[in-house]
Amino acid sequence: MEKFLWAFVVGGTICAIGQVLMDVFKLTPAHTTSSLVVVGSILGGLGLYEPLIKFAGAGATVPISSFGNALVKGALMEAERSGLIGVLTGIFEVTSAGVSSAIVFGFMAALVFRPKG
Amino acid sequence: MSSKKKKKLSPAQQQYQAFAKAREPKRPAVTNTIKAFFVGGTICLIGQTLQWFFIEYFNFTETTAGNPTVAVLIIVSVLLTGFGVYDHIAQWAGAGTAIPVTGFANTVASSSIEHRSEGFVLGVGGNMFKLAGSVIAYGVFSAFVVALIKIIIQKLGGM
Repeated sequence: MEKFLWAFVVGGTICAIGQVLMDVFKLTPAHTTSSLVVVGSILGGLGLYEPLIKFAGAGATVPISSFGNALVKGALMEAERSGLIGVLTGIFEVTSAGVSSAIVFGFMAALVFRPKG
Repeated sequence: MSSKKKKKLSPAQQQYQAFAKAREPKRPAVTNTIKAFFVGGTICLIGQTLQWFFIEYFNFTETTAGNPTVAVLIIVSVLLTGFGVYDHIAQWAGAGTAIPVTGFANTVASSSIEHRSEGFVLGVGGNMFKLAGSVIAYGVFSAFVVALIKIIIQKLGGM
């Protein structure tokens, strides 16, 4: 049960950091999400993101920073198995679910819905 | 405006910049941050509930349950985008909806829907990643660099 609380607190904190980047440092949403992805991949490389996922569950996997972590994780996992080329072949291994479903359902939405306003 | 650009302005222009800046509406940063915290936290809480549900009823493990959770969140946010609901929530919640993976799905869905009038190949296909592309580009490039550095350090016997 504790995990639900920590998911809320950690996820909320990451979003609050994003809002501060947007309001105080005047970044656009695209700059903000890109920065968080880069931060996530660096934390992943330092081995700090996995403990956060263990601790906060979806609070760490749902924010976009986990995308950066998952890219690094896939690259390193595949590199261990097949050598240096694994960095290129494995980079999307873990994030495939997110990227593919965004493409598939985004395309379906374009087939069904019409632009509003 | 960047400070580099500011130097080239004439005194009158500089005066105007200061004048305009003083009249810029102040962003309610504190309230926005609190809103972002609660909305973002709620989305992650929903994610955690979905994850628990997949582990409990569909035999996923803690590590594999992330994939169906993300997929469900993406489907929901694509549907909400299509019905025009997501924009209203996003306007209120700011980063609370932009930072979770739902924001990524929202940018993909909204740019595909918006550009369908330009045709399905050049419009939808070409513009799908107009906004989300920056996340993928920076994510992949930084992951590539980080992974390479880590491998080099490991090969040299560190860590």
